[in-house]
Amino acid sequence: MTLADSTAAARDLRAPVRSASSAAAPVVARGLSKAYGDKPVLRGLDFVVPEGQFVAIVGRSGCGKSTLLRLIAGLEAPDAGQLSVGAKNASPRECARVMFQEPRLLPWARVLDNVTVGLGADADRAGGRRLAAEALARVGLADRADEWPAVLSGGQKQRVALARALVSRPRLLALDEPLGALDALTRIEMQRLLEAVWLRERFTAILVTHDVAEAAALADRIVLIEAGVVALDIEVDLPRPRIPGSPATAKLAAKILARLLGEDGPG
Amino acid sequence: MTDITSMPRDFGARDAAPMRRRRWRDFGPKRVGWALPCALLVAWQAAASLGWIGASFLPSPLAVLEAAWRLTLSGELPQNVWVSFLRAIAGLVVGGGIGFAFGLANGMSRLSFGLTDTSLQMVRNVPHLALIPLVIVWFGIEEEAKLFLVALGVFFPVYVNTLHGVRSVDPQLIEMARSYGFDRWRLFRRVILPGALPSIFVGLRFALGVMWLTLIVAETIAAQSGIGYMAMQAREFMQVDVVVLAILIYALLGKLADATARVLERRCLSWHPAFQVQPRGAT
Repeated sequence: MTLADSTAAARDLRAPVRSASSAAAPVVARGLSKAYGDKPVLRGLDFVVPEGQFVAIVGRSGCGKSTLLRLIAGLEAPDAGQLSVGAKNASPRECARVMFQEPRLLPWARVLDNVTVGLGADADRAGGRRLAAEALARVGLADRADEWPAVLSGGQKQRVALARALVSRPRLLALDEPLGALDALTRIEMQRLLEAVWLRERFTAILVTHDVAEAAALADRIVLIEAGVVALDIEVDLPRPRIPGSPATAKLAAKILARLLGEDGPG
Repeated sequence: MTDITSMPRDFGARDAAPMRRRRWRDFGPKRVGWALPCALLVAWQAAASLGWIGASFLPSPLAVLEAAWRLTLSGELPQNVWVSFLRAIAGLVVGGGIGFAFGLANGMSRLSFGLTDTSLQMVRNVPHLALIPLVIVWFGIEEEAKLFLVALGVFFPVYVNTLHGVRSVDPQLIEMARSYGFDRWRLFRRVILPGALPSIFVGLRFALGVMWLTLIVAETIAAQSGIGYMAMQAREFMQVDVVVLAILIYALLGKLADATARVLERRCLSWHPAFQVQPRGAT
């Protein structure tokens, strides 16, 4: 599918027209390094994501996967190496949105106002609230717009956080284990929602996760990071929408898990 | 007012927990709480009427009411209450305003914190009422003296709690707001200020207590008008009913200030789980 096709498809699915020419932002990282104190986390990592791809980054705790995501999202700056996200002179903050492990909703703002936060400096502009209401509807929470976040369940909070990330029509969505704290059932629901939203809007998605099954269920490509470099890079060629736990995804998950655990698994 | 004696030196600067403590009221039947004060009042009136307590020692509740009526008609009471009220508000606005500004500045700027916090913490350890002799030398018994003392008294609870509130805003929320491109003003307006508000209200309520306490002392010692002055004048002429009346009015004003702060708190913190009477549709 070419980019033009995917953009057209996104428009067909009632997505408002974007002002930018491209709906997705590519990521190119060369020789990326980052250390915290004396401890190197990323060691000259190369990582390229074509626009519109859904990449999952897996790896053990402390392997540097979250750090990579934070660099891509512009939350931190690399010590060395080159990183470009989207157009050449665009800053990551303009085209990238982050979904954190915690919902990070403002407890003192109603659900709808939390979604307008996603519009950044445009939040107070006319039409901001209408855009926010639309984003809420896209995650199935249109009827909770006037609630306080405190009364929502964990899964609902993450859906609000997703609406907040989507409201500005980001060209890159960086997901830092956003489903890690949810129960198994809610998690599968959220995975389906994420996939549906991504199929409709075709932004570039980078998902950091511990859960190889989640990676296999969602991603076009799975990247395994070990000791600060890319250790494994697998294309996932399974039809969508995928069924979590189906034999094909389970087999892929088992393969990656075996590699993660340091066993030369049964392919 | 009794809060003051048990008040810790840190003016309650800790998490918003103190707010939750008053929920015990919600559980007990409210009317039972009035039984004891009413009984005491009746007993007091009876003891006075039967002549067990001399009128020059403690006048009866009815006598105090009578004094209130007399002084209201003469205009003396409303005049003095108004003067005291204005002093209290002026001191609160000046001292609280400065404390709030310093709290915000020191909470958000390392430079400002480094420059001023140590000095402020040192001054905080001076009991502000100990400055009364000095204040009389500086300002005499003019309005400035009262304004200065009240402002100084309310400064610290507001400062300490505002600072604490700003510093304890969840850094994850700040990072989130930054990643969504909030500039400094929006970050302050939508994240830091609302996040610090529960703590600021704790400070405000401590400040209200300090405000009345300071004003009572200042008006009793050095004033030519106000409730405290009225009480001291009445003592000269052995009008014990007016003295008791003044004490009761202070209590009433203190209660009124606290109730106002609570209403404000409920309005501003309606998002806070501690203030949600009935969470709707919790799942």
